[in-house]
Amino acid sequence: MNYMNFEEVHKKIKSRLQINSLAKGVFFFATLIGIIVLTILIYRVFSQSLGWIDWQFLTGKLSTRAEKAGIMGALLGTLWLMAVVAPVTMFLGVGTAIYLEEYAKKGPVRSFVQTNINNLAGVPSIVFGLLGLTIFVRGISLGSVVLSGGLTMALLVLPIVVVASQEAIRAVPQFLREASYGMGATKWQTTSKILLPASLPGILTGVILALSRAIGETAPLVVIGIPALLLPFPDGLLSKFTVLPMQIYYWTIDSALVAEYANLAAAAIIILLAALFLMNSIAIIIRNKFQKRY
Amino acid sequence: MRNLDEEIRQGNKEIIAEDKSSVFNVEQLNLWYGKDQALSDISLKFAENDVTALIGPSGCGKSTFIKTLNRMVEMIPGVNITGKINYRERNIFDPKFHVEELRTKVGMVFQKPNPFPKSIYENVVYGPKIHGIRDKKILEEIAEKSLLGAALWDEVKDRLHENAYSLSGGQQQRLCIARTLAVEPDVILMDEPTSALDPKSTLKIEELVQELKNNYSIIIVTHNMQQAARISNKTVFLLNGVVIEYADTETIFSNPSDMRTEDYITGRFG
Repeated sequence: MNYMNFEEVHKKIKSRLQINSLAKGVFFFATLIGIIVLTILIYRVFSQSLGWIDWQFLTGKLSTRAEKAGIMGALLGTLWLMAVVAPVTMFLGVGTAIYLEEYAKKGPVRSFVQTNINNLAGVPSIVFGLLGLTIFVRGISLGSVVLSGGLTMALLVLPIVVVASQEAIRAVPQFLREASYGMGATKWQTTSKILLPASLPGILTGVILALSRAIGETAPLVVIGIPALLLPFPDGLLSKFTVLPMQIYYWTIDSALVAEYANLAAAAIIILLAALFLMNSIAIIIRNKFQKRY
Repeated sequence: MRNLDEEIRQGNKEIIAEDKSSVFNVEQLNLWYGKDQALSDISLKFAENDVTALIGPSGCGKSTFIKTLNRMVEMIPGVNITGKINYRERNIFDPKFHVEELRTKVGMVFQKPNPFPKSIYENVVYGPKIHGIRDKKILEEIAEKSLLGAALWDEVKDRLHENAYSLSGGQQQRLCIARTLAVEPDVILMDEPTSALDPKSTLKIEELVQELKNNYSIIIVTHNMQQAARISNKTVFLLNGVVIEYADTETIFSNPSDMRTEDYITGRFG
């Protein structure tokens, strides 16, 4: 006895295909919303900043007079901050990932550490600000300087690097490890000569994500006492500093008082995006260079 | 003046001296994966310059056994081993006999070719480099010697710095053999080295094994009984982790003493 009735199938086809098209439409619409919002944002920022980005803006000092204001201070601050965050988070993040993947024995201790790292990713950024304030600013008395900000932000984005690096290391096929050990290599030799080069693209992706997050986070920096207005340019790890997001925040808030501040904010946003783009491009170039080896 | 008497006496000695030095002496080896016993009471002696084939149906423990010889089976969590294995009179489980040293003497070629994502040259010199050889000239000599030994030199000598993945499967496997030779081992373990290759490459590698046996001792796991008959001079038949028979290849294939061996050889099961 056959259970499939071809007549029934034929009757139902039309509505099934309609639902299929509807689903496609819904997903496309969802994507479209994202694209529209992004386009509006870019348009607004670009149109408001038109004419406001010039050499004086890029290299000048801050000023309360809108025409004379420059963002060099904030830009340098952001670059100094990234110069601390990048190596610290890479070193700690990749080191943790290597330990968890290659050295730690499976068991309650490893699961405990793993769970905690994964959960750290969900901790509100302002809590990291409190952490930074307690340990770096006050605890070891660094004060509200580049180093404190950098270390705090490095901890904030650490889980991103750890998870991405773990995934990358795990993805290296077991047979490559076997080949290395089979020739009498030690664990460190296998890790440094085979695993790390092979997982570098994934690790760099994690670092890109981490830096992209760090460059824009403002809340933790507010808590550790980074000012919005700072005249002197930072020149070392122990300098006071401010960053582009703080500058943007300040100008946006006060644009009710001084209309031109809105333009300055838009211009600063563009510079921030440019810095972000530059950083990502460098990381992507490095990543591609290693990926070509395959 | 040649002393013929002396020569004849020497000649007889060589024929009589059946007791070739053993490279591996396995005594009462038992292995468990967790609760499952994979190897039971295995006792075998492997002689120098023998090519020993390990045959048996899937799951009989051939791969497990061969990986125990270079202690790579211990990388699997939950493995338990009892028994004694001596490599040339040295206990391989002795903590003073470091696994990294054992593996310079006992090399391994795997079933699926597994070259590193590096150049051909870098693949071959990986072994010597990790064991401390830095001199470029020496490394280049080692590379040439090993690639010649693996019958691959002529095919790659002009493109040593190309990525290893640009080679065909058969060439990659010979590269893996070259890699193993570069460390100048004593024993070469091969875990079904040709099962992933086409017949032409398989033949090349079988010829290679015949050449290598003059300088190395080879233990080869194979699913292919014809291959075992072709290239080995000794054969071990394993079934469910137990050695059923260990004898000259000719004997195993023409006149096995155990019924089960005969059934397997003739294809009644397997």
